[in-house]
Amino acid sequence: MKILGLFNYWMVILLMLVGLYMVIASSNLVKKIVGLNLFQASVFILYISLGKILGGTAPIFLKNAPDTVYSNPLPHVLILTAIVVGVAMTSLGLALIIRIRKAYGTIEEDEILEIENKQQ
Amino acid sequence: MLICAVVITLMRNLFAGAILLSIYSLLASTFFMTMDAVDVAFTEAAVGAGISTILVLATLLHVGHDTKPAKTLRVLPLLVTVFVAGLLIYGLHDMPGFGQANNPVHTHPIAEYYIENSESDTKSPNMVTAILASYRGYDTLGEVTVVFTAGIGVLLLLGGRRKNNKRKADPKIS
Repeated sequence: MKILGLFNYWMVILLMLVGLYMVIASSNLVKKIVGLNLFQASVFILYISLGKILGGTAPIFLKNAPDTVYSNPLPHVLILTAIVVGVAMTSLGLALIIRIRKAYGTIEEDEILEIENKQQ
Repeated sequence: MLICAVVITLMRNLFAGAILLSIYSLLASTFFMTMDAVDVAFTEAAVGAGISTILVLATLLHVGHDTKPAKTLRVLPLLVTVFVAGLLIYGLHDMPGFGQANNPVHTHPIAEYYIENSESDTKSPNMVTAILASYRGYDTLGEVTVVFTAGIGVLLLLGGRRKNNKRKADPKIS
């Protein structure tokens, strides 16, 4: 039961690790950004899982049911903000990639380093 | 979702990776729906699955689809990942069980205050909207500032000589 109760958190950890590995290991810059997105989504899932109460309902006020159990609305608010900030970050990163591609003609990290070394 | 994420890692074609990222976001938004976070599900479906995918595809238009064939599994990143995995699993033992009403998240008085008073305070039946726009309005102000800065940054990076700039739609995201 303990293992089952923590199933969400296990999934969060696995997704987070996939994202982390992708950010560190892949040399392609676009893949790095995609990995960052995976990582972010795992954090979102962690927060939303924390806000859930079993048997609760969405935090929208119901008029004729004073005893309703609502899930915690605060994590939802935080994640709403985080999603939008995440997209802003993604777009900035992708814009940088386009500039890098224009300057170096490639978006592979090791090739860029080679070009840099040759110039010195 | 996990399968989707792993396939993205192995995928060499960036175009397929972008589409899989979109599917991943859509799965995440259905998950948020089952976790009672309807507002977050809306946002994730629109922003994560929609706008992010468009941005990545627009970038691929400029930089091309293919990546170099991946080398064999690299050792150092794998070591770092395993190390982080160890830390996270160590931390997992202190996590409270999923969805119990007496978890620390739910017993803190602020959640109770929001649930009981947000309707009478703001006349909005949706608690998430009430908190976002009223109690934590400064958060939203900061968020808008970040998006504005990012929009200006993108325009500075890509603007200027190019007139048919695909990123000009960016500031509309907020």
